[in-house]
Amino acid sequence: MNTETRQEQFHSSSLVGKLLRKLHIDIPLLAGLLLLSALSLTVLYSAGNQNMAILTKQLIRMAIAFGFMIVLAHINPQQFQRHSTLLYGLGIFLLIAVLLMGDIGKGAQRWLNLGFFRFQPSEMIKITTPMMVARYLADHPLPPRLKQIGFAAILIFLPTLLIAKQPDLGTAILVASSGAAVLFFAGLSWRLLLATIAFLASLTPILWYFMRDYQRKRVMTLLDPEADPLGAGYHIIQSKIAIGSGGISGKGWLGSTQSKLDFLPESSTDFIFAVFAEEFGLSGCAGLLLLYLLIITRSLYIAVQAQDSYSRLLAGSLTFTFFVYIFVNIGMVIGILPVVGVPLPLISYGGTSMVTLLGGFGILMSIHTHRKFLPT
Amino acid sequence: MYFFDHHNKADNPQLDFSWRRKLLFAFMMGAMAMLIGRAIDLQVINKRFLQKKGDTRHISMVTVPAYRGEILDRNNKPLAISTPVHSIWVNPQICKEYAETRPKNIPQGCFELNNATFATLAKILNTPTQLITKAFSQEAGRKFVYLKRRVNPAVVSQVKALHLPGVYFEPEFKRFYPTGEVSAHVLGFTDHEDKGQEGLELMYEDALKGHPGSKRVIRDGKRRIIENIESIAPPVPGQDLYLTIDQRLQYLAYRELKSAVKEHHAQSGSLVMLDAKNGDILAAANYPSFNPNGKKSLKFIRNRVFTDKFEPGSTVKPFVVAAALDGSFIRPDAIIETHGFFRVGRRLVRDIHNYGYLDLTTVLKKSSNVAASKIALAMPSDYFWRAYHNLGFGELPGIGFPGETSGFLLDYQTWSDFEKATLSFGYSLSTSVLQLARAYTAIADDGVLHSVSLIRREQDQDARRILSAITAKRVRHMLEHVIKKDGTAYQARIDGYRVAGKTGTVKKSVAGGYSSDSYLAIFAGLAPASNPRLVTVVLIDEPTGEHYYGGLVAGPVFSKVMGGALRVLNIAPDDESTMPLLLARKSS
Repeated sequence: MNTETRQEQFHSSSLVGKLLRKLHIDIPLLAGLLLLSALSLTVLYSAGNQNMAILTKQLIRMAIAFGFMIVLAHINPQQFQRHSTLLYGLGIFLLIAVLLMGDIGKGAQRWLNLGFFRFQPSEMIKITTPMMVARYLADHPLPPRLKQIGFAAILIFLPTLLIAKQPDLGTAILVASSGAAVLFFAGLSWRLLLATIAFLASLTPILWYFMRDYQRKRVMTLLDPEADPLGAGYHIIQSKIAIGSGGISGKGWLGSTQSKLDFLPESSTDFIFAVFAEEFGLSGCAGLLLLYLLIITRSLYIAVQAQDSYSRLLAGSLTFTFFVYIFVNIGMVIGILPVVGVPLPLISYGGTSMVTLLGGFGILMSIHTHRKFLPT
Repeated sequence: MYFFDHHNKADNPQLDFSWRRKLLFAFMMGAMAMLIGRAIDLQVINKRFLQKKGDTRHISMVTVPAYRGEILDRNNKPLAISTPVHSIWVNPQICKEYAETRPKNIPQGCFELNNATFATLAKILNTPTQLITKAFSQEAGRKFVYLKRRVNPAVVSQVKALHLPGVYFEPEFKRFYPTGEVSAHVLGFTDHEDKGQEGLELMYEDALKGHPGSKRVIRDGKRRIIENIESIAPPVPGQDLYLTIDQRLQYLAYRELKSAVKEHHAQSGSLVMLDAKNGDILAAANYPSFNPNGKKSLKFIRNRVFTDKFEPGSTVKPFVVAAALDGSFIRPDAIIETHGFFRVGRRLVRDIHNYGYLDLTTVLKKSSNVAASKIALAMPSDYFWRAYHNLGFGELPGIGFPGETSGFLLDYQTWSDFEKATLSFGYSLSTSVLQLARAYTAIADDGVLHSVSLIRREQDQDARRILSAITAKRVRHMLEHVIKKDGTAYQARIDGYRVAGKTGTVKKSVAGGYSSDSYLAIFAGLAPASNPRLVTVVLIDEPTGEHYYGGLVAGPVFSKVMGGALRVLNIAPDDESTMPLLLARKSS
């Protein structure tokens, strides 16, 4: 399959192929991402009560994010590898700066006010952490020895803890899983992997001890949302009702009542999946997940196709992070995971996560389009 | 092929990567399948349950208030009407939310929720500022607090202009009584839920209230009504109530009662006017009254005309004479010997003066207790009792008014002779003003006693003859002499009309006997005496001025009210000798 595709690309290396390669754009990925964006605007129009201002704002953010993606796609992966340490170090520095002097929004200290714009260093670290871990591991023989695994673990835990302290559990999970994915792809031995999982599982009670009250409440709410239907359980109950009342075929575009009538909180940001599910039903949900799966498949394919360890590890990790985004968000909205502030990738309203996500896809495209093709 | 050439798995990260990729891919597929599984759980298996839950959140039934029936007088003039108003309520949770998110989205032209605004609102609504502030700052999840109920449209538009977040308006009806205190006792009033509490409003609650309708509406998460989906049942307005009351006469009665009570420093005054031909209650007034449109003073809520009983005194003497005549226990030309007092057993019945020998007309004209007692004692007890009973004493008059009294009439088997004697001049029995007036319809309508009603009806179904026509006419003629210059009620005369009537000055019964200085001044009369159209009873309770005699205190009220009523109703005069205009013409 690998060879076939490569040949295919060589065959199509006529005018269009050359042009796309020059632009460093991966057509299947771009198609999937554009489709997602179109879907996003469609749902946002409905969830935002047909407010054109929201739509244009999001459209501008999309343009910026896609531009960022294309910029990153043009940078050679070797450049990323070379500057990984610097970028990671900068990210850690900014995270510390946030903890010391960041702006507070919605009860958490996440933003760094740079005067002309507000910046969320935790978003940047989502990409730079896997970069750093990938670079460190790629510099050593694979699979990694215990010593390297230990150091990689420190590289992962440092930003994770800094972000968890903000507190931003969602992003902390994403950063940790992106780093863990690198370790996994690098060839963490199965024994060690199982041991880590067992260790993490045994850590849960301690984690519970360190959790903040609202976080504990969210976990408890997941287990029994009806315990406090108007308080902590309200989000989950409302979103379950919205999703359930969509049925198989949905109520149709603009037909959702639960979000329209202000019953569903955060309906255009973290809980937009509920609006989507109410309007497009089970079939729409399946379609959306299929689209996500296609993008993941293509990304994994790019990881497989990568020609050096660094690229492969990074690509695999970015793919996995994208998946974690989807799973955590939908899992939360659908009521099988606790409420954690993770947006539905490329659908939810908001700019920061979109820039990071598309940046990641830019790196994937860069990895794929900067390969040195070998003659067969 | 380049990547897969190595054989040793441990030394071959590429091959291992391929396995790991496949494992991870399988893991992700599994996770996705889990999400889809959950979606199926929600959207297929639990769909109906969740949809229902969703519907109960935003679809709700709302009752549409029904228009309460109007109460109209006999000329269809409104006495009680319902006007559309709004009740203003606040959802404190919205205000709280608004206060928290304020910097972000202040609606255009929206006022701040601060003390200055509360003060403005309090001023518009005319309520204490603390109450307003309290309503807006309700904690503990209350979502509905009335600011003020039944506010008229002008105030509502002022409040709307403030654009306060979380403040809503609910359509309702407010009862309004255009005649105010004049008819307050008859009409009663409704409570804050528009339910009848007193008088006709209470008595005809079921007919007046109608049936509130219901409609299905969509509400949003803030409980605002977004859209009406369907009307389940339109509200059925209540039935209008057509009264026999004539508002003009009612007003006249109230005005004269008021001035008489004030003039004589009396406790209260009551008046009822009946149509002599059919028993319709044309006016039923009491003073002091209350304002049904405002704060009610509970002290004066009783409709004394219907609910209070008293001993009627001399006003029942005509019935004693009529009964005796009708039963032939006395001849019309009988002369009765009175000497100022009359011994019955061991007790004395007294007159004010020694009148000597009296014919029946003079008995009534001078109101002799001695003569009345002698006439009563001439009748068998059962006959006398039946005569009173037939007149409706001791029986409910049957208008169904809340608190209506039946009065009190002892069984004749327990009567002593002295009691029988006192019954003849109106003690040992009690009656309401309405009952007394009703009894007089028998004298007015040639022996036919009418049933009384506040509600308009085709005809009086329950009229029944209790006296022969000749007796009724005879007694009526005798009663005309009461109004003559030397009678007890010259003040009750009406220019141009022949009036028949009887005074009563009753010692009020107090604990242990009768008071020596508090009286009821009563006058019962009818006009025009040649063909009576109206019967009126006036009662003034405890006049403490110069006069306390029925003729002097109640008589002038009767004269003014009846005189006015006869003119208002355009009833032809029947006494040319006292018509001022004709007299003037004759003299010129």
